[in-house]
Amino acid sequence: MELLAFGDQGWGDEILRATFITIFVALSAFLIGFIFATLFVFFKLSKKKYLNFIGNIYTTIFRGVPELLIIYLFFFGGSSAIMFVSKIFGYDGYIEINAFLTGAISIGIISGAYSTEVLRGAILAIDKSQFEGAQALGMKRYVYFLKVITPQVLRLAIPNLSNVWQITLKDTSLISVTGLVELMRQSYIASGSTRNPLFFYLFAAVIYLILTTFSLKFFNRLEKRYNFS
Amino acid sequence: MTILIENIPYLLKASFLTIQLTLISLIIGLIIGFFFSIMRLSKNFFLYNIAYYYSFIFRGTPLLVQIFIIYFGLAQLEFIRDSILWAILKKPFWCAIIAFSLNTGAYTSEILRAAFEKVEKNIIETGKSLGMSKFNIFYKIKLPIAIKQSVPAYGNEMILMLKGTSLASTVTLIDLTGASKYIISTNFNPVEVFIFAGSIYLILTFLIHSLIKLVEKKLGYY
Repeated sequence: MELLAFGDQGWGDEILRATFITIFVALSAFLIGFIFATLFVFFKLSKKKYLNFIGNIYTTIFRGVPELLIIYLFFFGGSSAIMFVSKIFGYDGYIEINAFLTGAISIGIISGAYSTEVLRGAILAIDKSQFEGAQALGMKRYVYFLKVITPQVLRLAIPNLSNVWQITLKDTSLISVTGLVELMRQSYIASGSTRNPLFFYLFAAVIYLILTTFSLKFFNRLEKRYNFS
Repeated sequence: MTILIENIPYLLKASFLTIQLTLISLIIGLIIGFFFSIMRLSKNFFLYNIAYYYSFIFRGTPLLVQIFIIYFGLAQLEFIRDSILWAILKKPFWCAIIAFSLNTGAYTSEILRAAFEKVEKNIIETGKSLGMSKFNIFYKIKLPIAIKQSVPAYGNEMILMLKGTSLASTVTLIDLTGASKYIISTNFNPVEVFIFAGSIYLILTFLIHSLIKLVEKKLGYY
C-alpha cells in the first residue's frame, strides 16, 4: 500500500493524474474520430465514385493496419514534417511535437474508421420511407438530415459506438510508446524505479477494467433510454 | 527509397515472425476459447464464473497491459524463476504467445458462446425426441450449427489478432511493426516504410478475409 501513497513517497497521485490523462486522451480521440466519421460516412454513401473510393481507402487502411504502426507513422512522420518546414525557415535541429496531440489524433483517426462503419450501418438500417416522407413534406436536405435522420442514426448506433469507445479507450495504452505519461507509461516509470512491475501493471489493469466496466454501464443506460421500440 | 529497398529482406523476414505469432496464437486461442465457451454454458456455478471472469478481465483490459504483466510482471516472482516455467517465461516469444492466446481465447469464447446460445431449442428437442444421447446432441447438432454461425465473427477476430501481434515489438521481438519502427527511427523515412509495411498487413488481412469467405461458401451459407 505504501507504493500507492500520495505525495513524494508513493505513486498514488502520479497514477491518478495519469488515469485522468488516459480518460482525456480517449475522450478527445473518440470525439476526433466521430468528426472524421461524420465526414467519411457521407463519402462512403455518396453516389460519386471517387468519393466512395476515398471513403473506402480510409476505412480499409485504418482498420487493417495495426494501431501501433499508425502511431509510429504519426509520431515520427509528424515531427519530421515539422522539421522539414522549420529547415526552410533556417532552424536545423530536432523538434518533437506534442505527444498528447499526436496520440489523440492518431488514435482518433483509427477510432474514426470504426465509427464510420458504425454510422454507415446505422444509416443503411433506416427505413427508406423516412427519407421519402421527409422529402414529400418538402423539407430541405440539411433539415431532414438534422431533424429526421440524425436522431434515428444516433439511436441505432449507440450499441456499436459503445464498442468503438471500448476499443478507443484500450488503444490509448499504445500511446505510451510516444512518451506521453498516461496510465501505461506511468506504470512503466513506477515499476522501473521501484522494481515492482507486477504490482503496477496489475494495478493499471484494474484501473482499465474499472473504466471499461463503467463506460459499458453508461452506454447500456443510454441505450435503454433511447430505445423506444 | 534506396534505404527501403535495402531493408526489404529484413522487413520480409520480420513479417514471417508476424505470421508465425498470429497462427500459433490463433490455434491455441481457439482451443482455449472452445473450452471456456463450454464452461460458460455449464450450470456449475464455479465453472461458469471462472469462464465469465476470464473473458471479462481479458476483454476489459488492453492487450499491452496483459503482455507487460506476463513478460515483466511474472519475472519478478521468485517461485516462477525457480520453476520449470521459467524456461518458457524468460523468452519474449513465448510470453507474447501466452498473452495473445489468452486474449484471443477470451474473445473466441464469447463468439462461440453467443453461437451456442443461438442454436434453436426446437432443433435440440428434435434430437432428444429421436433418442439421441446428450453427447451426440452436442457433437452432431449443436456444434456444427454453432461453428457455422460463428465463422464471420471469428474472421474479424483473426484480423484483430493479426493487428494485435504488432505489440510483440514492445517486448523486444522484431516483428513487422518492430522492424518498421527500427528502420523509421534510424533513417527518418516514416512514410515509405509505413506504406510498405502497411501493404503487407493489408495483404495478410485480405488473405484472412478470402479464407473466411471460402469457408463460408464451403459450409453453404447460400
